[in-house]
Amino acid sequence: MTPDDMLPLPPATFHILLALTDEDRHGYAIIQDVESRTDGELRLSAGTLYRSIQRMIVEARKRPAPALDDERRRYYSITPFGTSVARAEMRRLTQLVRLARARGLTPETT
Amino acid sequence: MRFYRWLLHLYPASLRAEYGDELASTFAARHVGASGVFGALGMFVAAIADVVPNAVAAHFDILVQDLVYTARALRRAPGFALTAVLVVALGIGANTAAFSVADFVLLRPLPFPHPEQLVKVWERTPGYGRMELSPPNYRDLKTAATTLSGFGAYSDGAANLVTDGEPRRVSTAEITHDLLSVIGVKPFMGRLFTANDTIASDAIVISHDLWQTQLNGDASAIGKRVDLDGRPYTVIGVMPADYHFPNRDVSVWRTYDMIADDAADRSNNYLTGVARLRDGVTLEQAQAELGLIAARLEREYPKENEKTGTNVYRMSDELSDRTRLLIVALCGAALCTLLLACANLANLLLARAVGREREIAIRAALGAGRERIMRQLLTESLVLATIGGAVGVLVAIAAVPTLGRLVPINLPIARQPSVDLRVLAFAGLSILITGLVFGVFPALRTGGTKSLDALRDGTRTSGGARQRVRSLLVMVEVMVSAALLISAGLLVRAMWRIQAIDPGFKTENVLTLRTALPYPKYAFVKRRTEFYTRVLSEVRALPTVQSVAYTSFLPLTMGGGIWPVKIAGHEVIRDASSTASMRFVSPQFFATMRIPILSGRDIAETDEATQPFVAVVSESFVKRYWPNEDPIGKRFNFGLHDRTVIGVVGDIHVRGLETQSEPQVYLAPKQLGDSELVGYAPKDLAIRSTARAATLLPEIRRIIHEADPQQPVSNVRTMEEIVAKETASRAAQLRVLTILAAIALMLAGVGLHGLLSFTVSSRTREIGVRVALGAESGRIVRMIAREGILLALGGLIPGVALALWAGRAMQALLAGVKPDDPVTFSVAIGLCAATALFGSLRPALRASRVDPATALRAE
Repeated sequence: MTPDDMLPLPPATFHILLALTDEDRHGYAIIQDVESRTDGELRLSAGTLYRSIQRMIVEARKRPAPALDDERRRYYSITPFGTSVARAEMRRLTQLVRLARARGLTPETT
Repeated sequence: MRFYRWLLHLYPASLRAEYGDELASTFAARHVGASGVFGALGMFVAAIADVVPNAVAAHFDILVQDLVYTARALRRAPGFALTAVLVVALGIGANTAAFSVADFVLLRPLPFPHPEQLVKVWERTPGYGRMELSPPNYRDLKTAATTLSGFGAYSDGAANLVTDGEPRRVSTAEITHDLLSVIGVKPFMGRLFTANDTIASDAIVISHDLWQTQLNGDASAIGKRVDLDGRPYTVIGVMPADYHFPNRDVSVWRTYDMIADDAADRSNNYLTGVARLRDGVTLEQAQAELGLIAARLEREYPKENEKTGTNVYRMSDELSDRTRLLIVALCGAALCTLLLACANLANLLLARAVGREREIAIRAALGAGRERIMRQLLTESLVLATIGGAVGVLVAIAAVPTLGRLVPINLPIARQPSVDLRVLAFAGLSILITGLVFGVFPALRTGGTKSLDALRDGTRTSGGARQRVRSLLVMVEVMVSAALLISAGLLVRAMWRIQAIDPGFKTENVLTLRTALPYPKYAFVKRRTEFYTRVLSEVRALPTVQSVAYTSFLPLTMGGGIWPVKIAGHEVIRDASSTASMRFVSPQFFATMRIPILSGRDIAETDEATQPFVAVVSESFVKRYWPNEDPIGKRFNFGLHDRTVIGVVGDIHVRGLETQSEPQVYLAPKQLGDSELVGYAPKDLAIRSTARAATLLPEIRRIIHEADPQQPVSNVRTMEEIVAKETASRAAQLRVLTILAAIALMLAGVGLHGLLSFTVSSRTREIGVRVALGAESGRIVRMIAREGILLALGGLIPGVALALWAGRAMQALLAGVKPDDPVTFSVAIGLCAATALFGSLRPALRASRVDPATALRAE
C-alpha cells in the first residue's frame, strides 16, 4: 500500500497528522493544537480523535512501520509513512486548488 | 464523568480497552470548568454527541475489516465455503418453503375485512358434522339469530358460458343477495347485489379472471350481456383479482332465491351458510344461540329436523385435520433439516477452527483481544449463513410450485403461496439464528483456547472437549436423519397402501370428459335422450372404442349425491347407516368402468319413464337390507320414487380412496323426469378405448360439437388421473420429505466421515506407536470402526424414539400403517447403519495404513 492509496484523508485525520509534524503530543494536546491552528473552527471530540488514531494504527498494520508510535506514555508521534501520507494529501489538495484557480475561481466573493 | 465512562461501553471492547482511560481524561480536560446545572447538562449532551456517532462508526470500521478478512479467509478455503453455503441453503430453503405454505394455509388471516368474525354455519345430524343447510332451516335461523350481523348462503353450481369464442364451462356460486356484502370485499368495478336483484333479474357478478379472459378486460364491461346456459345475463360487477370466495374456481356469482318447493322441504340440504358475528360477539355465543334456535326448530318439525343441530366454525378453521397434519409434518421435517444443517455447520466450523488455531494464535499475539477474534469468527459464520440463506430462499421459491399442491382447494385463497415479505422476514430470522447460535459455539471454544499453546511447535492438538462436542453434533445428525428416514418410510408405506386400495373399478384406458347439459334447454328428458343417444352411438362407432357410457358423477369426483333410503320395516335415520349414493348411468356404464355385475342385469335402453322404475344396487346395499335373500325384484323408495332392484354390482369407492363410501344405487337416465333432480342428469362421459387420449379426443369433440355446437367440453382427464389426484397432496409432501431424508442421511454420513478422519489424523502418532508395537491392521480398523458405530448408535437410539413420537403424532396420515411398523423401522435403521459403516470405512482403512516410521518421524 502506498501513501496515495490512503487518499483522500478525512479532514480530522489530516489535522491530527499536521499536529504531530513538529512535535510529539498526547491526546488532549492534539485537540488543542488543531483548535488553535483553525482559530477554533475544528474542535475534535475525544471520540473522533481516538477513533481516527485507531484507524490509522489499523491501516498502518498492513505496512511494515506503524504511522504512529503508541508509546506507554501515550505521546503520539508521526512515522515516516505518516509523513508521506500527509504530504500526499497536501499534494492532492494543492492540485485541487490549482485546478480551481486555472478556471479563474478565487476565494474572495465579488 | 461517570456517565461518560458508562457510555464508553458502546465502543467496541478493543477500542475501549486501548483508549478508554485516555478518552475519559481527554473529555474531562476539554470540559474542565463546567459547573452548575447548565454545565452538567452541557456535559451530558456533549458526552452523548461525542460517544454515540463515534461508537457506531467504530463498529462499522470493524465490520468492514472483518468482512474483508472473511472474504479473504473464505477464498483460501473454497471447499469449506461451498460446503457450508450448501448446507445452510438446504436448511434455510426447506424451512422457508415449508413456512411459506404453512403461513399461507394455516397462519395468515383470510383476505377479507375482519376475517375473525366470519363463520360458516352447518347443520349437524348424527353422522355428519358439516351438513349443508336446507333452505327453510336457513331462513328460520337467519330470521331468529341476533348474534349475527349478516347471514348469507350459497351453493356451488356450474354453467355453460357462451361468448363469441369457444363455449366454456365455468364454476358458479348461487348466492343470497347479501352474501358478498357479508364477506365485505368491495368490487373491482361496478356494484354488488342488492335485495332488488332476485333470480328473475338477470344480474351477475364476475371474477377478475373471467373479465380478463372472456371480456378482454374491457373497461366498459359493466352492463355487458353474457349468455349462461342459454339465458342472457347482465354483468353488474367485477370482483378484484385476489378474490376467491367460496373457492378459487368460482368465476360467476348469481343470485339465489328460494323457490316455493324448496322453501318447504327441510330434508333437501344444499346451502352453505356464511355469517358474520356482530361486533363483540364471540363464536361461543353465536354457537349457543344458533343451537337454541335449532332446538326450537326440532320441536316444531320433529320429523324433518329430527336430531338436527347446528355447527358454527370460524371460516379460517375450514381445513381438514388431514391437510393440517400434512403441512405440520412437512414443517417438522423442515425444522429437522435446519437443525441438521446447523449441526453440520457447527461441525464444519469446529473442524476448521482446529486448522486455524495457529493463525488465530498469531492474531492474538499481535494484540487482537479475545472479543475481537470471536467477533471476527461470528462475522464469518454470519456471512456464510447469509450467502447460504440467500441461495436457500431461491431454492424455496423454486420449490413453492410443488408445495402448492398442499394448498387445499376449498379455501378462499389463491392457488399458490407466494414468497413475500413475511416469508422473507422469517428466512432472515432463521439465517440470523443459524449464523449466531452455531457461530458462537465454535467461536467460544476457539476464543477460549490458550492461544499461545498453539504457537509452540509440534503441540499435539488439544481439545478433548472439542472432540466431545463434535461427537455430540454427529450424533444429533444421525438422530435427525434416522427420524426423518423412518417418518418418510412410514409415509411411503401409507401411500403404497392407499395406492393398493382397489377402487372397485378399473382405471386403465378410460378417458373421461364432461358435457354438462344446461337447463332449461335440456330440461326435458326427450331432448337429453336425443343428445345422449347420438353422442354415445357415434363415439361407440369409433374404431378403437370398446365401450362408452354417461353418468351423473364419476367416482371420486364428487362427495355428494347421498340420499336417504326408505324401505318398509327399516327406520329412516339421517345418517350414514340409511343413506346411499345416487347416480344415473347409461347402459354399459359397468362394462366401461369394469364394475362386475354380480346378478341380474344392467340398466337398459328400454328402461323408460313409462316402465316400472328400476335400480341397480351395490353389494353392500344388499347386505344391509336383504342379507341372505335374493334382492332381485325387491322394492324401495329412493330419490323421490319407488324403485325395483334389477341387478347387483360390485361396490366402488365413490367419495375417496381413504374414505368408506355409502352403498351405491344406479338409476336409469330415461326415468329422470322433466326438470326433476336438476344436477343429476348424466354429464360425465367415460370412454374405454385402446387408443391414446390425444388421438381420441379430437374425434369426440367433433361428435359433441355436431350434436350441439354450443355445448362445451370440460374436465378432460383419464380415470387414472382422477385416481392419482386422490394421492396428489400426499405425493407432493412425500417427495419433499424423501429428498430431505436422503440429504439428511448423506450429511450425517459426511459428518461421521469427517469426524473419524479427524480422529485418525490427530491420533496418527498413537496409531503409529501401536503398529510399531505389533498391532495388526485388522485391529486398528476395528478400533476406528468401533468409534464410528458407537457414534451411530448414540444417534440412532434417540432418533428411533423421535420417529416413534412423530409416527404417533401423524397416525391419521398413515392409513392404517402402524407408527412402529417393524419393516419400515428395520429398513431405515439398516440404511442408517450402512451409511455409518460406509462413513467409517475410509478413515478406518487409512488408520490401518499408517506407517509407524513416518508417523513417529513427524514428531
